[in-house]
Amino acid sequence: MAIKVLIPSTLRKLTGDQSLVSLESTTVGGCLADLDAQYPGIGERLRDEEGEIRRFVNIYVNGDDVRFLEGPATPLKAGDEVSIVPAMAGGS
Amino acid sequence: MSLPLLTPEDIRRYHRHLIIPEVGSAGQRKLKGAKVLLIGAGGLGSPAALYLAAAGVGTIGLVDFDVVDVSNLQRQILHGTSWIGKSKVESGKAHLTELNPEVEVIGHEEPLTSDNVRRIFEPYDVILNGCDNFPTRYLANDAAVFMGKPLVDGSIFRFEGQATVYLPGKGCYRCLYPDPPPPGAVPSCAEAGVLGILPGFVGVVQAIEAVKLILGIGESINGRLILFDALEMRMREVRIRRDPECKVCGDNPTVTELIDYEEFCGMPHRESSVERALDDDGEAAPGTKAA
Repeated sequence: MAIKVLIPSTLRKLTGDQSLVSLESTTVGGCLADLDAQYPGIGERLRDEEGEIRRFVNIYVNGDDVRFLEGPATPLKAGDEVSIVPAMAGGS
Repeated sequence: MSLPLLTPEDIRRYHRHLIIPEVGSAGQRKLKGAKVLLIGAGGLGSPAALYLAAAGVGTIGLVDFDVVDVSNLQRQILHGTSWIGKSKVESGKAHLTELNPEVEVIGHEEPLTSDNVRRIFEPYDVILNGCDNFPTRYLANDAAVFMGKPLVDGSIFRFEGQATVYLPGKGCYRCLYPDPPPPGAVPSCAEAGVLGILPGFVGVVQAIEAVKLILGIGESINGRLILFDALEMRMREVRIRRDPECKVCGDNPTVTELIDYEEFCGMPHRESSVERALDDDGEAAPGTKAA
């Protein structure tokens, strides 16, 4: 089974400029670990030292923030779309 | 409060609005009576200000303490070459008045701070956020929550933009991002660059949302974070929920007054110790200076 992970432009230099990555993960936490295994360095951008998802990076499964689902334990099924949306402050 | 009447000149100018049933004469009078504050007269503020003035929003406030730099003109279409080195607020006033002399443009030529934000926000119906830094984003958010003002938010980075609307009681920026990134973790447009046209798109989305709020029409993007990717020319959205544990707008808020936002964002105070020593207030301001 495959899930789609949408990579924001700030992290694309770690994914070889790919904006969409296909993974076989079954949970959000697994997805982040798989992502880091495939693209070393991306994990630390998304999770802190304790493994918690950083508060200025949101992870959505099919448009829902995993903080309001089951966090890293949120299950994934084939076809799910995982979006990584970091805070951005630019405006001028 | 009674709405201002339309003059014969208004009726000619806004003809294309007046013939839309969703706007009409009643809606145009709402626009004429409306007051919108733009935080930043830069990338997002420029297109938003121009379109809001053209649309007949009666009062437009501009908060910016910067001067026009040649590197702004790649995207900040509110300004022009002859204004380089001059005040953005004055440049904005001149351009908006040229576009629509009936609009009252109020300049707030000062950095937005915890000390002045209530005074600056108070007269306005809608706040449109086009600032360029995290301290000002959290400051504007908290002030909007405390004052019950709608906040039309937008941000940009290279080819990507985000936009949403926060309405009183329906979630806020801290529900979306409870904590700011550490300084330097997220590069600014000055460091990373931005496609000059991108803020045109996002700023216009913000202007449309502001006008919808004023008119009370359509479906607001409140509760939805719009994600725009210009490279893929794709617009997606994710849901924003009010977080019952939000420190500002949750069920048991722990932040109930404005704080020091530079410190909250882990930044050294922007003004140097020399300037601080010269300024007895010593309040280092989260600014709206161009990134």
